[in-house]
Amino acid sequence: MALAAKKPAAGTIAAGKPAAQKALARRSEKAGAKTIAEFSKAEELAAYREMLAIRRFEEKAGQMYGMGLIGGFCHLYIGQEAVVVGMQLALQPGDQVITGYRDHGHMLACGMDPKGVMAELTGRRGGYSKGKGGSMHMFSVEKGFFGGHGIVGAQVSLGTGLAFADAYRQNGNVCLTYFGDGAANQGQVYESFNMAELWKLPVVYIIENNKYAMGTAVSRASAQTDFSRRGASFNIPGEQVDGMDVRAVKAAGERAVEFARSGKGPYILEMLTYRYRGHSMSDPAKYRSKEEVQKMRTEHDPIEQVRNRLLEKGWATEDDLKAIDAEIRETMNAAADFASSDPEPDVSELYTDILR
Amino acid sequence: MPVEILMPALSPTMEKGNLAKWIKKEGDAVKSGDVIAEIETDKATMEVEAVDEGTLGKILVPEGTQDVAVNTPIAVILADGESAGAIADPAASAKAAESAPPVAAAPLEPSPVAASAPAAPAVVNSAVASPPQPAALPEPDVPEGTEMVTQTMREALRDAMAEEMRRDGDVFIMGEEVAEYQGAYKITQGLLQEFGARRVIDTPITEHGFAGVGVGAAMAGLKPIVEFMTFNFAMQAIDQIINSAAKTHYMSGGQIGCSIVFRGPNGAAARVAAQHSQDYTAWYSHIPGLKVVAPYTAADAKGLLKAAIRDPNPVIFLENEILYGHSSPVPKLDDFIVPLGKAKIARPGADVTLVAWSIGMSYALKAAEELSKKGIEAEVIDLRTIRPLDIDTVIASVKKTGRCVTVEEGWPQSGVGAEIVAQLVEKAFDYLDAPVLRVTGKDVPMPYAANLEKLALPNVQEVVDAARAVTYR
Repeated sequence: MALAAKKPAAGTIAAGKPAAQKALARRSEKAGAKTIAEFSKAEELAAYREMLAIRRFEEKAGQMYGMGLIGGFCHLYIGQEAVVVGMQLALQPGDQVITGYRDHGHMLACGMDPKGVMAELTGRRGGYSKGKGGSMHMFSVEKGFFGGHGIVGAQVSLGTGLAFADAYRQNGNVCLTYFGDGAANQGQVYESFNMAELWKLPVVYIIENNKYAMGTAVSRASAQTDFSRRGASFNIPGEQVDGMDVRAVKAAGERAVEFARSGKGPYILEMLTYRYRGHSMSDPAKYRSKEEVQKMRTEHDPIEQVRNRLLEKGWATEDDLKAIDAEIRETMNAAADFASSDPEPDVSELYTDILR
Repeated sequence: MPVEILMPALSPTMEKGNLAKWIKKEGDAVKSGDVIAEIETDKATMEVEAVDEGTLGKILVPEGTQDVAVNTPIAVILADGESAGAIADPAASAKAAESAPPVAAAPLEPSPVAASAPAAPAVVNSAVASPPQPAALPEPDVPEGTEMVTQTMREALRDAMAEEMRRDGDVFIMGEEVAEYQGAYKITQGLLQEFGARRVIDTPITEHGFAGVGVGAAMAGLKPIVEFMTFNFAMQAIDQIINSAAKTHYMSGGQIGCSIVFRGPNGAAARVAAQHSQDYTAWYSHIPGLKVVAPYTAADAKGLLKAAIRDPNPVIFLENEILYGHSSPVPKLDDFIVPLGKAKIARPGADVTLVAWSIGMSYALKAAEELSKKGIEAEVIDLRTIRPLDIDTVIASVKKTGRCVTVEEGWPQSGVGAEIVAQLVEKAFDYLDAPVLRVTGKDVPMPYAANLEKLALPNVQEVVDAARAVTYR
């Protein structure tokens, strides 16, 4: 796979122009050819199940927010499921994942229990942070998930630090550091890029470009809207990926992770994706048209794409898929029940976990 | 007119230096720009260039002389046609130095070092520059009979880091100029040579970024020491320190720890003005999830830094540039640890309690000496750790004295002194015989002008006055 980074990538779309520097041009992706590495039946079914689980979880969370069971901010991941599910397929045990505040999907993809995630959303003692972190601040060291960070862009330096620890220990692990098109304009992102390339840290930066930083369209906030080129001045290779196609994500993820793992330094993947819901539950998303959203849903939905392939290839029947859906709904209902009935943290927890 | 060359100040806080080497000899022709001598400070060896042209008429301070005070005449340059006989009496030179404004306006010393310098060769008695030591009282953290060695705080800090890095492979240091340059203030001198570039890491000038990288590495279980060249620059990184380092353990329900030390000089140096002279003690002491340490003696600096590195929590370790070069006894022990969160009675007394830490201790201890001459015995408490605050030691003292004055370089509003006053009112009101007074930095940005800077900082007289006010004497 080490060589794959130098070849035109399967499954990438509309990458940036070849950079002026030779080295970078060699390493950057000139895509266009949409030959996509096909998934096996088992891979398609697994991806379908994973992505659907995230969607059903988020739908349930939205519902519970409406019922007043979840407070504060709640940022749903609906529409972007292919990104985390595809990337997770590129990881090995011991690799780390870190992201910002839109983190529910990442946690489920890392294998965290929906019950513990949902109970954290409702602020209950069975939540991953004992109810003290909430939607934006959850962690599972066991699953390699390091948050869940509420300050936009902060996770980029932190993820670079996780990768620093991997390099320091020479353990062969890689850190996936996710952030959005909005966070991509924070200064510390570039401070981190500089150090990551300078020290050849094993970090993959995944920019989830869902077109809007809260209510601000990318073109209104970013002088360079091709985020895959944001590492160009640090000599960090990057590519744009169809983030709605889980196969394209996996292929790009494997290239990037292999690059980082082999000691060549950081790699940037810009995931072209879309969130169907508002920025948070309280955002009516008036800054974009209903038609725009509808077009993405009908033409690019990441779950529908897999579903259609499964049916076309005869790898699953409608009934099979309904059964999977029913099973997932049951899991999420159980998570919601647990999160509604689990007690709030004991009042003594107010003063615990401040210091070790 | 023969021209005197004076011992130059080569850094904002330099008070004295060693005359390492004369490059020019008596009788040599000197052009402006010629290197004539090498001066050694505790931070570096620097070259002295001639400004005037002529002949090096006389060397007043021989090479190898230690501790030459800034502004001491070190040589005389003769213009064409002048003879060595024209060189004035050295006593007159010393007088000239005396009348010059103090170059190293060290806030520590009310009387500038230059003024006390005798005629050349000027050797400052090191006792003058060293802070008063609480020698009368045994160190509570040191076993009786332990051999003590005199070290500068700079050496003590370096030794603490080196010892902990030898002990634990997860400990590393990162920051600007910590490796190749040997530390902007030479605190990391020799560490690169001993531990290599993997563990002694020069960062770009990128405080926000490298603070975050350090916190991320700590979340993964490493134990970083992050040096800020000064804490003024940590303002760039304060989000990572507070929102990531201090809060994540709580927000993760105890899952994610952050064993990290942020260290560097804090507070006013000398003549570096408002953006480079600020005391952040109160800022960080406000934050649950942080520990805040500020040592005064070399021994405490060593023992506390070792404890801070081992502590599983984020520790803000506030050093003081002016104290870096000051020497005091450090116990010669294989593993000397001073526990965090414990104040120390630096001088016992029954009449009034003075509470200070870091360089504030120098005002408090000198004031205690002055007060003693007036028959007022002050008990001086060195907080050492500001968070968690050892208020019990303060209260126990106040129960004895009934009076208290706090001393800090920081601003008055919401300062550490304000917190001590509030806690005394809440917890020891019945024992107080007078209002608690605060001596603080003035409520202004730090001015550059020497006279204004001196006014903006606390001084010994203010502490004496406050103590007399609360003792009604």
